[in-house]
Amino acid sequence: MIRSVLSFSAALLLLSACAQTPLRGTGDLGVVVERASGSLQIIESERRTALGRVEGLGDLSHASVVFSRDQRYAYVFGRDGGLSKVDLLTQRIERRILQGGNSIGGAISQDGKLIAVSNYEPGGVKVFDARTLEQVADIPATPLPDGSKRSRVVGLVDAPGQRFVFSLFDTGEIWTADFSQGALPRIERFTAIGQQPYDALITPEGRYYMAGLFGEDGMAQLDLWHPERGVKRMLGHYGRGQARLPVYKMPHLEGWALADGQAFVPAVGHHQVLVMDARDWQQTDTIAVAGQPVFVTARPDARQLWVNFAYPDNDRVQVIDTQTHAIVADLRPGPAVLHMEFTARGDQVWLSVRDGNEVQVWDPYRLERLATLPTLSPSGIFFSSRAHKPGY
Amino acid sequence: MERHSATTLASALLLVFSSSVLAAPDGQRQAQLQHLLDQDCGACHGLYLTGGLGPPLTQAALAGKPRDSLIATVTQGRPGSAMPGWAPLLGPDDIRWLVDRLLQGKPAP
Repeated sequence: MIRSVLSFSAALLLLSACAQTPLRGTGDLGVVVERASGSLQIIESERRTALGRVEGLGDLSHASVVFSRDQRYAYVFGRDGGLSKVDLLTQRIERRILQGGNSIGGAISQDGKLIAVSNYEPGGVKVFDARTLEQVADIPATPLPDGSKRSRVVGLVDAPGQRFVFSLFDTGEIWTADFSQGALPRIERFTAIGQQPYDALITPEGRYYMAGLFGEDGMAQLDLWHPERGVKRMLGHYGRGQARLPVYKMPHLEGWALADGQAFVPAVGHHQVLVMDARDWQQTDTIAVAGQPVFVTARPDARQLWVNFAYPDNDRVQVIDTQTHAIVADLRPGPAVLHMEFTARGDQVWLSVRDGNEVQVWDPYRLERLATLPTLSPSGIFFSSRAHKPGY
Repeated sequence: MERHSATTLASALLLVFSSSVLAAPDGQRQAQLQHLLDQDCGACHGLYLTGGLGPPLTQAALAGKPRDSLIATVTQGRPGSAMPGWAPLLGPDDIRWLVDRLLQGKPAP
C-alpha cells in the first residue's frame, strides 16, 4: 500500500516535471534579425541551431540589438522607431513601444537600468527605463540652420560612469550625456569635430570614443579620461591623392578591431582597411581589400580579422592576418553577406547571407562551414554575450 | 579595379546604345532591380522607403520632383551627401525604370 502510494506520487512528480520547461541558461543564445519580415530568430551557439521565431517587430531594416545584464532580454531597435523588449526564454515580446519616427540604434547603460535610442527623426536621443520602457529623458539634437528639423544622431554607445556618447551627423558634433546623478543628464557638447560623422566606436576600456567621418577623410577622437582636451582629428587625409570611389553601403565601426597593439578600421570611399598604432593613433599601414569594407571584425583572439564588403562586392569575405597584414583567405560564402558575429570565445563565427536566405556557422580556425540555418533576409546577428561588453 | 573599369565601359556602351533605342528592362532584370530597390536602396532609405540616412522616397515625398532630376541624382549621386552615383553599376534604362517605380509608389515588400 505504502509502496503504491509512493510510486503514484513519484509518477505525479515526473508528470509535473515533464509539463514544465526544463531550466536553462541564456549565455549561449542570440538573435538574428530577419529584416524584411520584421521578425527575429532566436539562435543557440551550443548546438548551432535556431530555437524559434519572434514576429511583430515592425520595420527591422537596419535594426540593432543590446542585451540585459542577465542575458535574458534582447532590446531591439527598429527603423520605424520601435523599441521592443524580447524575452529569449519565452520567445515573446514582453514590451514594445514606438518611441520615434525613424531610429538607427541604441545602447544600454553601465548599470543596465537605462536604454538609450538614437533617432534620425526627430533628431536626438531618448532614454528609457530598461524594465518598463517608460521614458526617462529626451535629448533633442541641434536644429539645422534652416530650422526645418534637428540633426540626425549616429554612433550612440555606452561609456563608463553611466554615460552615453553619440555623434550628430548633420551638425558635426559629439555629445556626452552623464546620467550618474539621476534621470536629468549632464550634457557636454563638442562642436566642429568634422564633417558628417557616420558611426563611432569606443575602445574596450571605454576611454576613447572615435567617430568616423563621411564628409571628409579622417576620424574624430574624444578621450573620455580627458574631455577637457577636446576632440582630436585622426587619420587626416588618408585618401590623399586618390579618387574617392562611390560608397554603396556605409561602413560600420561597431565590431572594429583592436589587435596586436594596432587598430583596424574601414576606409570610406577607398577599398582599404586602415591600420593605426593603438597608443599614439598614427596611421601605420593601409591594406588593400576586395571592395568598400563594411565591418572589420577581429576574431576574439585578435589573430585574424574578418572583413565584409558593400554592394557589389558583398558576396565576399576576406580574412586578414593581424601581424603580417596579408590576406590569408578570400571566401565567397554567398550573395549579400551583411554581418559577422563571433561567439565570445571565438570558436564560431556566424555570417548572415541575406540574399541566400541563410545564416552560416563557420569554424574561423579551419575556415570551414559547420552549419547552415534557413533564415528570411537575415541582417544583424547578436549573441547575448554582448551584455557584458561595454560599448555594445 | 579591372572590373570597375569594365563596368564603366559597359555602362558607357549602354548609354550610347540606349540613347537611340529606349529598351525597358526585361522581366528578369526588373526582378533584380526591385530586389536592389528593396534591399540595397533600402539600406539607407529604409525598407519601406520612409527614409533613414537618406531621405524618404515614398510617392508623397517625391511628389512634384521632376523625373529628370531624379534620374540625374541616381545616375551621378549627390555631392555633399552620402548618395553615390549608380552609373558604374546600372544602365540608363535600369535607372529610368527605378525612378518610374518610385514615382508610381513602390508597394511595400
